[in-house]
Amino acid sequence: MARMTMVEALNLALRQEMERDDSVILLGQDIGLDGGVFRVTDKLIEQFGDSRVVDTPLAEASIIGMAVGMAVHGLRPVCEIQFSGFAYENFHQLENHAARMRWRTRGRLTVPMVMRAPYGGGVRALEHHAESREAYWAHTPGLKVVVPSGPRNARALLASAIRDPDPVIFYEAKALYRAFREEVPETEELIPLGVSQVARPGKDLTIISYGAMLRHAIEAAEELSNQDRIEAEVIDLLTLSPLDDTLMARSIEKTGRCVVVHEAPRSYGPAAEISARIMEKSFYYLEAPIERVTGYDIIIPYFSREKHYIPHSGRIVHAARKCLNI
Amino acid sequence: MGRNKLDINHRLDYLSILDENGVAVPSLEPDIDEELHLKMYRFMLLGRLFDERMLALQRQGRIGTFPPISGQEAAQIGSVALLKKSDWFVPSFRETAAELMRGRSMENVLLYYNGYNEGTIIPPDQKDLPMSVPVASQILHAVGIGWAAGYRNSGEVVMTFFGDGATSEGDFHEGLNCASVYNTPVVFICQNNQWAISVPIARQTHSTTLVQKALAYDMAGIQVDGNDILAVYSATREAVERARRGDGPTLIECVTYRVMMHTTADDPKKYRSQDEVESWRARDPLTRYRTYLLNKSILTPEKQERLEREINDQIEKAVATAELKMKDLGDPLDMFDHLYQSLSPELQEQKKNLATYLETAHPVTGGEDHG
Repeated sequence: MARMTMVEALNLALRQEMERDDSVILLGQDIGLDGGVFRVTDKLIEQFGDSRVVDTPLAEASIIGMAVGMAVHGLRPVCEIQFSGFAYENFHQLENHAARMRWRTRGRLTVPMVMRAPYGGGVRALEHHAESREAYWAHTPGLKVVVPSGPRNARALLASAIRDPDPVIFYEAKALYRAFREEVPETEELIPLGVSQVARPGKDLTIISYGAMLRHAIEAAEELSNQDRIEAEVIDLLTLSPLDDTLMARSIEKTGRCVVVHEAPRSYGPAAEISARIMEKSFYYLEAPIERVTGYDIIIPYFSREKHYIPHSGRIVHAARKCLNI
Repeated sequence: MGRNKLDINHRLDYLSILDENGVAVPSLEPDIDEELHLKMYRFMLLGRLFDERMLALQRQGRIGTFPPISGQEAAQIGSVALLKKSDWFVPSFRETAAELMRGRSMENVLLYYNGYNEGTIIPPDQKDLPMSVPVASQILHAVGIGWAAGYRNSGEVVMTFFGDGATSEGDFHEGLNCASVYNTPVVFICQNNQWAISVPIARQTHSTTLVQKALAYDMAGIQVDGNDILAVYSATREAVERARRGDGPTLIECVTYRVMMHTTADDPKKYRSQDEVESWRARDPLTRYRTYLLNKSILTPEKQERLEREINDQIEKAVATAELKMKDLGDPLDMFDHLYQSLSPELQEQKKNLATYLETAHPVTGGEDHG
């Protein structure tokens, strides 16, 4: 076991999947000698050459559109879109084709590909480099959406995403890239897509989150424990689509109270879907309205003000106390 | 220092072999055996007759909206005839004649235009993509397939089709750019049929030709009389050989004309003159090829008559088979299938809910339009 940052853990997943299967091809801007702007593909070109670590022209639709063709031919392209804020340039290739090819051909042609993209704020970046629009992809039938919350699950989820038979959007919180290290085993570790996990057990309240917000949720849970003697259970979704609503239902049947946390804008955001699922599955267990702690329905401000936009443990604790009638 | 001419290869040819009276320039006639001539003629004729039959079916309400291909048979058949079965075919949505030659069944075409997903099933031994409706978006898939063919050293060639309107889309330019950067074995067939619904080519681009766009990507390019099957065939053969040799992609602009409407939902009288349409009908690719084959005695009036009868029988049989098949395709629960390899719990539940609703409130009658 080595202690790795999320960048190093993702690099490990890519390297091992490429060693395992020569149909895994990396595509993206500056992913070759430069190793990607966040260095996720660092040194992979030395091991696999430029026929498998492919620097592309500066054109997002080219990356995803070509990946669709490559996948139809039998390859497993893993695309890096440099920032998710540029993925609208390739939105049509995912919505119109990657997500539909299996369906359109009744299972004859499939698109086992991954689009990796950094998302979210918190790193003092410029406009278009800080947003969270995972709901776009989660709203598209035919795609899967995965958002890891730390080095170890990032590595295991990326390996699963690459082996998945369907197109996967893999959102990497750039605030987590080098935020902390975790033990990551060298040996194979997979987390199945569509399965969420309990990140912190508790009995009084359920906090549901994912990605960069998970750490804030856990921090809030610790604060509630220390200050209010409230034990919050924190659920790490890991996959947004398909959404695992079994684990959250089980938790809410125990706690009766729920706070959902994400960085994405509030309206029509993931918390809206999560709240609806809880209403459908666990309405009679609820003892208080579900609270949402999210980004606001505005463009994330330039970084001097972003700390007021991005949810943090203070806002989560505040919402939890409201939910608990404290 | 100073101001000098840039050394850029800008040689582009225009090729035309068969004139409007069906007479060929002997020195340019491609070497095509009788069997292939008759095969190409058969599929051009099938393309035309099937188009006419589908138009009648659409007017009778027996199929939905469809885009006719009439007038573009030479551009489609003269190009697709060069593909081997092991090559890849990446169509747009106005390539029915080419699709039929590649082996798509007329039954499937009819199912598709009747709104059944089953109509896009591709036979297991066929390396073809289904129709792509968003204009130009399929061009990048062809390039990706070509890239993979290069990576696997498979020797496959990829041919993709699109129209004049597609050349305004970003995906066209991105596709040509990537195809050149990666030297992929792709043949780009542009069917310049002069109209993108109601917008004429002059308002689609300020370029004199579409083929000149190949220059920007240092790609081989040629413009051909798209209603002249011999020119289309010759240019495509060069392009396919170039791709197969590993010498990169080619853009072929087939200058042709959409003599019918964009789709059956469109009324071209609103935006173009009948005189213009008639002037193009005089350049009809099918008539031209027929005259050529008759003059060469490859075709005879008797053979022509027999062929037309055979094709019409084939079409009627396909219509009957498709209409019979549709009666068995009514199960709405099928719509949940094939989105993912396996259904998520949520999708299983949605499917189950619909099944329960149908059983209790709305019994399935099968194959009928509930609208």
